[in-house]
Amino acid sequence: MLPLPVFQHHSPTTLADAVALMAELGDGARLIAGGTDLLPNMKHGLVEPEHLVSLAGVRELRTIVLTDEHLELGAMARLADIAAHPEVVRHAAALAEATAAVGGPHHRRMGTLGGNVCLDTRCVYFNQTYFWRQALGFCLKKDGTACHVVASGKNCVAAASNDSGPALMVLDAELELAGVGGVRRVLASEFYTPDGITNTVRRADEIVTKARIPLKSGRKSAFEKLRRRGAIDYPLLNAAARVDRDRAGVIANVEVVVSALAARPKRIKAQGALAREVSIEALVEGYANAAFKQCRPLTNLDNDTEWRRDMVKVVVARALGRAAAADPE
Amino acid sequence: MSDSGGEAASRTAGEDATGGRALPPPIERHGDVLRRLGVVRYTDDIKLPGMLHAKILRCPHPHARIRSIDPSRALALEGVYAVVTGKDMPRRFGIIPWTPDEYPLALEIARFVGDGVAAVAAVDELTATLALKLIAVDYEVLPHVTDPFEALRRPEIGLGKSGRDNISKHVALDFGDVEGALAKSDVVSEGHYYFEGSAHVPIEMHCAIGDYDREGLLTVYSATQVPHYLHRELSRVLEISPARIRVIQPPVGGAFGGKSEPFDLEFCVAKLSQVTGRPVKLLYTREEEFYAHRGRHPMHLHFKVGCMKDGTLTAVDAKTLIDGGAYSSFGLVTTYYSGQLLTLPVFPPAYRFDSTRVFTNKPPCGPKRGHGSVQPRFAFEVALDKLAVEVGVDPIELRRKNAIGGNTTSLNGLRVTSNGFLECLDAVERASTWRERRGKLPFGRGLGVAGSSYISGTNYAIYPNEMPQSAVQLKVDRSGRVTIFSGQSEIGQGCDQLLRVIVADELGLDYSAVRVVSGDTDLTPVDLGAYSSRGAFMNGNAALMAAREVKQKLREAVAGKLGCELRDVVVTRGALCHRDEPGRCVDVTTAIQLAEARFGTLGAVGHYNTPKVGGDYRGGTIGASPAYSFTAHVAEVDVDLATGEARIVKIWVAHDCGKAICPVIVRGQMEGSAYMGAAEAVLEEHVIRPDGLHVGPSLLDYRIPTSLDVPDLEALIVESHDPEGPLGAKETGEGPLHPSIPAIANAIYDAVGIRLDRLPFTPARVLQALREKRRREGDDNGAALANTAALANTAALANTGPVAKTAAAE
Repeated sequence: MLPLPVFQHHSPTTLADAVALMAELGDGARLIAGGTDLLPNMKHGLVEPEHLVSLAGVRELRTIVLTDEHLELGAMARLADIAAHPEVVRHAAALAEATAAVGGPHHRRMGTLGGNVCLDTRCVYFNQTYFWRQALGFCLKKDGTACHVVASGKNCVAAASNDSGPALMVLDAELELAGVGGVRRVLASEFYTPDGITNTVRRADEIVTKARIPLKSGRKSAFEKLRRRGAIDYPLLNAAARVDRDRAGVIANVEVVVSALAARPKRIKAQGALAREVSIEALVEGYANAAFKQCRPLTNLDNDTEWRRDMVKVVVARALGRAAAADPE
Repeated sequence: MSDSGGEAASRTAGEDATGGRALPPPIERHGDVLRRLGVVRYTDDIKLPGMLHAKILRCPHPHARIRSIDPSRALALEGVYAVVTGKDMPRRFGIIPWTPDEYPLALEIARFVGDGVAAVAAVDELTATLALKLIAVDYEVLPHVTDPFEALRRPEIGLGKSGRDNISKHVALDFGDVEGALAKSDVVSEGHYYFEGSAHVPIEMHCAIGDYDREGLLTVYSATQVPHYLHRELSRVLEISPARIRVIQPPVGGAFGGKSEPFDLEFCVAKLSQVTGRPVKLLYTREEEFYAHRGRHPMHLHFKVGCMKDGTLTAVDAKTLIDGGAYSSFGLVTTYYSGQLLTLPVFPPAYRFDSTRVFTNKPPCGPKRGHGSVQPRFAFEVALDKLAVEVGVDPIELRRKNAIGGNTTSLNGLRVTSNGFLECLDAVERASTWRERRGKLPFGRGLGVAGSSYISGTNYAIYPNEMPQSAVQLKVDRSGRVTIFSGQSEIGQGCDQLLRVIVADELGLDYSAVRVVSGDTDLTPVDLGAYSSRGAFMNGNAALMAAREVKQKLREAVAGKLGCELRDVVVTRGALCHRDEPGRCVDVTTAIQLAEARFGTLGAVGHYNTPKVGGDYRGGTIGASPAYSFTAHVAEVDVDLATGEARIVKIWVAHDCGKAICPVIVRGQMEGSAYMGAAEAVLEEHVIRPDGLHVGPSLLDYRIPTSLDVPDLEALIVESHDPEGPLGAKETGEGPLHPSIPAIANAIYDAVGIRLDRLPFTPARVLQALREKRRREGDDNGAALANTAALANTAALANTGPVAKTAAAE
């Protein structure tokens, strides 16, 4: 077995205590939620924290609440619970589908929304054992200086590999972060950065506490994931799509995000595709073609990059097709 | 009790599943409950007092000379007890006695990324892992090769025995006038096929414990399929008398051929225990499991198959290049099997094959379920499909027309007794409604067929000897309980249960009154192990022999008691009775007591050895078996035209197992085999990069199917009642894997008209082939995908659909 390295474990029971602990312990501390990402990475020597601050005992972070204007999901809500929650299915279908597509049943039972939002980026040259990475000569995300995806590349291109990120982005979700300096809110669409080494704006001592999704009538969303198996796999591509219809049932607004490409999920720009009289077919085709042009998969996740690029069209068409075809309430 | 072995006709089970005998009713597989509850104790669950934990330091280079190893910093670490290197065990071993080319730890040269160079024993696993980083090894990196063609072109790398080439084994055999037959053929299918290697991926990783006690007795616990061979090799390498070694094989959590030879860890724990005077355990990581490998060989297969317009096959000309990886393993046998096992059940009268196994600087390949024969079977059965299409004969008819039949000898001298292949074809044709649906399904959906045959054990032991291949001892207790001491290795395949059923049936005992002790070289007689699909046939016959000896004594004792003739006493369930007067009975327990009183303590030994069969030429005995199983599959696939995903909807698996003594086990083996083959067809590939690194030695990157990826499987048992098999039984563990892959390939052709002659059939390859086909057919939009609206109308990507839909709907 690959043994876990030695670390000190902390179990705060309130958010305030957790925030204070993170500030006090400094750089050697990491948060742990469900552990489905962190623990394998620790066994591989990818992260080497001296302290783990567990959020498992912070009950206030587990709630899922529907208010008049928002759907609020605590960062410690389990992925399985989110996927099955009737209000999430009703108001944020893309998120329900995305959380249902994460890993396998055990991962969804342990994994949390906050953990998935903050999932470390992935790369075939990074997510390997210490022995393997040593035989390779390491890489610039950890222990080395070279990138094996982009020859002579100086920036890490490890890919955002969570499924919840694109869904939260198209749903205009806001993330709440708590730190010693107080609470701040960041739009999900501004949460991710293009740096594969650390791809979020979250500071190391900040805790993602909740996601707030605005309710909007006439809004429908959907999520699609490309993977080789029916479960377990991280995405080879994923896409979330959202369509807003006005009171007359006319499509007023479309948002499409594609991820598992590079460090930052990609918002697809296709202004021309949304004309007043456009058919759903033409809209879908417009976005699918735009996505195809704007997305270029790298060898960071596998070698079938041409196929993955072709599949950009398919995942976008299928996600947007469902979001656009659904009848607004 | 009538003996059903003489019946000429085969029949499918269900008509009379017991063949007229008083076999127990269908029951759950023995041990499954314990496995499901998680209370089975595997090797890693064993914790001995004072036990240390070991780890192996592995070479990070594909080919390197070890200049020096300095363990001093590791030894200085608190909690580290010992470090051993190749120099502590400088004796070669190898499962095939003619090709011993491995050391427990590399002596001078490490031959692949992952080859072991040193082992450390420490107070716990973490300390041992940390200590590995403190062992300093000075390597001289040598030129390496990972491609088998390059291995032929660059002999100077010198991985072969002579050091002047990279050849592991070459076999060329000719049967009949191949050139002439091909020249006269109406059609010849010539194709190059590539089978990417695959791994076994047992859920339980290799684990071993060495315990060298103060009296100089070495006990090794190991997750092995071959306790006897391990016992021999431990003795040879460690230079300890076999009389001072005991090998215990605890329950094994999956093997599939990947645990059928000795491995580095078994020698290391033994040596480290000798050095430290403490028990030492070593459990592989999943990564190490991929490096230990012995998985299916990658093979490049160039096949020419000829036939006449009416579908009569004329000749096969096969040239095969086998990528062996770093060591010989079973490679000598693999090379023969790549040609020798192809000649059943459907074959022309002319054949030659030329197979070369080369060494490369990669994890060593070996036997995986369907050793050496799954790859050529893929090439041949696809070639048959191509010919059938070309001459316009139904692929099932083409196979019927060229079937070898029973009670005959194959072209290369394999003696065939029972043969239920035609019944297998009938069964899958009927169950799949082949005639109504094949060729008539909508574009994207298709049916494909393939057939195969496999050995019921090899005719000759791995090391030449005249002793039995299999043996059991029976202890008959006056309480009415029988214990079977069996040398066979229960690795989840169900051999213990098979013995219980055979012995219970023979003696009229309740199944629960028969127990099995197996997997311990101190307690059981020698059996060669769980490989080559030999268990049911050989171990079953050994048990039958022993049980019949006891039965004879029980009948004699009862005849005395009832005052009747011996011939009048028959065994029924629970009692021995007068054949004409059912009221005159003695229950079995009483019969045992009567027999014990008359003959003394009851017991018996039974053994099995094969008849002398095989072709009369060099290599003619490799592939010879006392009996052959036969299989036919029909696969149905659904190709997603947008993603290229070939989803396997269903596989109908008909298998001639001779006699289904335990139908639940037979069905399980049929389904398990077909599933494993299907996974190799579309998902699994064991790829080593040109720099020698494994592409991804983990269960995330090496993708075995999840439960959502398993097709619907329908097992159709065919019973041909083998004259020499125990109660008529033959093998079931490996044969039913073979046709999966070509049946799926042929179904993809039926679905979308493309031939993928290399494995696996990934969505990327399917889509690429679809495009090329459209281009060939002059479709201007060949390069474009199906139109986008059509993509969107599909509800969801087939792969992600089930999870997303069901979970969201909860």
